[in-house]
Amino acid sequence: MKGLPSFKHGVHPPENKDLTSGIPSKRFPFPKEVILPLSQHIGVPAKALVKPGDHVERGDVIAEAAGFISSTVHATASGTVRSIELWPHPNGLMVPSIRISVDPNSSQMRRNRMVPRWQDVKDTDLSKEIAKAGIVGLGGAAFPSHVKLSPPKDQPIELLLINGCECEPYLTSDHRVMLEMPEMVYEGIRIALKALGITRCVIGIENNKPDAIEMMRKTKPADLDATIQPLTVKYPQGAEKMLIKAVMGREVPSGALPSSIGAMVQNVATAANVAAVFKTGHPLIERIITISGRGIKKPGNWKIPFGTKLRDVIEHCGGLTEDAAEIVFGGPMMGQGQANLDVPILKATGGILILSKDECKRQDILPCIRCGKCLEACPIFLNPQWMGELAKAERYEELVEDAHLNDCMLCGSCSFVCPSNIPLSQYFAMSKTQLKRIPKS
Amino acid sequence: MTVKITASPHVRSADSTVQIMWSVVISLVPVVAASIYYFGPSAILVLLASMAGCLVTERWFGSNPGSISDGSAMITGLLLGLTLPPGFPLWMAFLGGVFGMGFGKLIYGGLGQNIFNPALVGRAFLQAAFPVAITTWPSKTEHWWMLQGDNFALPFMSPVVDTATAATPLGNLKFGDDPVVTPILDLFLGTTGGSLGETSALLIILGGIYLAYRGHLNWHIPVSIFVSTFVISGLFWAIGISQFTPVFMLFSGGMMLGAWYMATDMVTSPLSNKGCWVFGIGIGFLVVIIRIWGGLPEGVMYAILLMNAMVPFINRATQPRLFGTSGKKKKEAGK
Repeated sequence: MKGLPSFKHGVHPPENKDLTSGIPSKRFPFPKEVILPLSQHIGVPAKALVKPGDHVERGDVIAEAAGFISSTVHATASGTVRSIELWPHPNGLMVPSIRISVDPNSSQMRRNRMVPRWQDVKDTDLSKEIAKAGIVGLGGAAFPSHVKLSPPKDQPIELLLINGCECEPYLTSDHRVMLEMPEMVYEGIRIALKALGITRCVIGIENNKPDAIEMMRKTKPADLDATIQPLTVKYPQGAEKMLIKAVMGREVPSGALPSSIGAMVQNVATAANVAAVFKTGHPLIERIITISGRGIKKPGNWKIPFGTKLRDVIEHCGGLTEDAAEIVFGGPMMGQGQANLDVPILKATGGILILSKDECKRQDILPCIRCGKCLEACPIFLNPQWMGELAKAERYEELVEDAHLNDCMLCGSCSFVCPSNIPLSQYFAMSKTQLKRIPKS
Repeated sequence: MTVKITASPHVRSADSTVQIMWSVVISLVPVVAASIYYFGPSAILVLLASMAGCLVTERWFGSNPGSISDGSAMITGLLLGLTLPPGFPLWMAFLGGVFGMGFGKLIYGGLGQNIFNPALVGRAFLQAAFPVAITTWPSKTEHWWMLQGDNFALPFMSPVVDTATAATPLGNLKFGDDPVVTPILDLFLGTTGGSLGETSALLIILGGIYLAYRGHLNWHIPVSIFVSTFVISGLFWAIGISQFTPVFMLFSGGMMLGAWYMATDMVTSPLSNKGCWVFGIGIGFLVVIIRIWGGLPEGVMYAILLMNAMVPFINRATQPRLFGTSGKKKKEAGK
C-alpha cells in the first residue's frame, strides 16, 4: 500500500466491509407508511405544500425549498397524506414531518418526465434543476448539491473530485454504486462538469475496493478527462479536505471551502443519482443503503425509498440477533445512535448498522495518561488532549480561539485511538452545540 | 433487547490504558530475570519491597480502590526496584516506594496528573536520604543463593556496609584511583556491577523495542536521548575534556533503563513527537553535563526529572501546526 497518495495521521479501524460488499443491491418493498421530515439536512427546513387528506403520486413535490441552502422534498411513494406532525428524527429531536399512508393498490409507477434532459438545460440553469429535484450530497452531511455547484464567482473551480473512498467501516453502498452503475457515475460527472464549466475530474477510490477501481477503469468513456486514483486505505480518507490533500497535494486553508483552492468534491452516489434524476426524469426519492453489522440476521444493500421506518427495515432484513446492542444511522465512526424504531430513513442515510455486543464494547473511562495518540491520529493536526481538558472545564472561548475547535470535523479518530476511552469527539460535539447557544456579540 | 445509545465513534481501537501498563510490566520480565540471575535472591527481595511500598500506598491513598488494578503502581514499584543496588536494605526500598507513589503521583491526583516520574521521585528521595546505601554495590558473593549486602538492616539503624564493595563502571572511571574502562560488551550483556536493572543493556533494548513495536512506547524519546548523548559527549571527548567515550556513555549506568523506561513514561513526557525530540535532546545534554562535571557518577535520574519539569512548557511550545495554515500563530492582542 506504500506509494499510494494519502494524508498525514488518521486511523485504521477494522473495515468489516466484507459483510455486505459482495451483495448486489435489491429493491426494497414499499412500506405501509413513509415519514418525510421537512428538515432532512443542513440548512433551512422546507415548507409543506400538502395538507392531510391530499392524494400524492410518487415523485410529487410535497414541500418546497425555503431559501438557498434548503432543498425540495418529494413523495417517495403514492398514497394519502395522513398528517403533518412532530415525529422522531434520526438526530434525536422531534421534527415536523409529512406522514403518508402508502396506497397498497398503487402500481407505484411514476408520473411522466418531471425533470428535463440535462443536455437540453443551459449550463447556468443546471443547478436550479438539481435543486428542484431535491438532490443533496449523499456522502453523509447531505449538503444541498446545487449550493456546491454554484461556487462564488471569485473562486473558479478547476478540478472536480469524485469521492469513492467510502472510508467509514461497514458501509458498502458507494462501493455497490461503482460496481452496479458506473455509467451513471460518469454521466453524473458530465453533468457536474457542465454545471461548473470545466473539463477535468479525478475519481479517488480507496485501494480496498480493487473491483470498483477495475470497473471504473473499464467503463471510463474515452472522451472524458477523468483519472481514477487509488488511495491508501485510511480513515478519514473520504473527508473532503483529506481527499483534496491526497489527490492535489494541497491543504484547504483553515476556515475556507474547497472552492478557495479551485476544487469541488462530490460523492460517487451523488453523481450517480444526479444522472439518474435526469435520465429517468424523476426526482431523488430513493438510494442504495447498506444494512450491516453482526446484530442483524440478513445484512445487505438495498434500494430503499426515503421515509421508510427503521422498524420496517429491520423486519425485512430478518430481524435482530440475540446479541444486538446498538443501532446506528451512518457509519460506526461518525454515525448517530438511534433510540427509536420509528425514525425514518433520510437522504443522508448511507447505512444502518446494527452492532452486536462484541462490536461496540464499551469500557470504563480512565484518566488521560497523555500518551499523545490523539495528536498522532488527528487528520487536521489539532491537539485533542488539550481540547478535551478545555471542553471539560467549559473554557469554550479558548477552545475556539486557541485550540481551533471550529476546524474539528468530529471524525472521531481521537476517540477511536484513546486508550483511556475518553469520549473526546463527544466533548467537541457538545462544545460546538453549547457555543451555538451563546449569542454572538 | 436493550439498545445502547452512545455518541460516535461506536467502535474503539483495541488498545487500552490497562493493557499498555501490563505490557510494560511484561516487557520488563526478562530484565527482572536477568537481575535475579546476576544478583541472586537479593534482587527479588529488593524488587518485592519497592513494589510493596508502591502498591500499599496506591491502595490506601489512591483516588479509588480499583486504581491498583490499572498496573501503573506495579510499574512504578518495578522500575524503582530496578534502579536500586542489590544489597539495599529492604525497609529503605519500601520507603522509597511509599515516597515515590505518595509524593510523586498521588498528591497530584493519581494516574495521569503527576509532573514527575514517580519511580524517579522515589529514587531521588532515597539518594538524598541514604546516599551511602544507594551507592554501595557489593562485590559478587561466593554462591548465587547468598544474600548480597545488608538487605535485612533494621529500620533507622545505620546499615552495616559490607566491607567488600565493587565499583560500577561509571564510578570506576570517574572516581577510581586507577581509572579502568569497562569493556562495552560487558556493559551490553550486564556482567558488571550496578543497580538491579541497569546492567543489561541488551534486554532493556529488546523490551523497549517490543513496546515500541506495539505502539506502547514513543521511540522518538529514546532515539533522541541517544543521539544527543552521543553527539554531545562525543564532542567533549574529541576535544579532550571528558574521559568517557560516546559509546561508553550510552551503555553505562542508568542510561538504557532511563531512556527506554523512565523518560518514556507517557504521563510525564511531551505529547507530540516534536516535543519528544526537544525533551530527549534536553535529557541527553543534562546527562552529559552531570556525568562530566557533577559530583555524582550518574546523571540520568536528575536529567529526566529536570526535563519532566519542562514538559508543560515544551507542550505549549510544540503545538501541532493546524491543517491548512502555515503554523505561525497569529499575534494575539493582550496576550
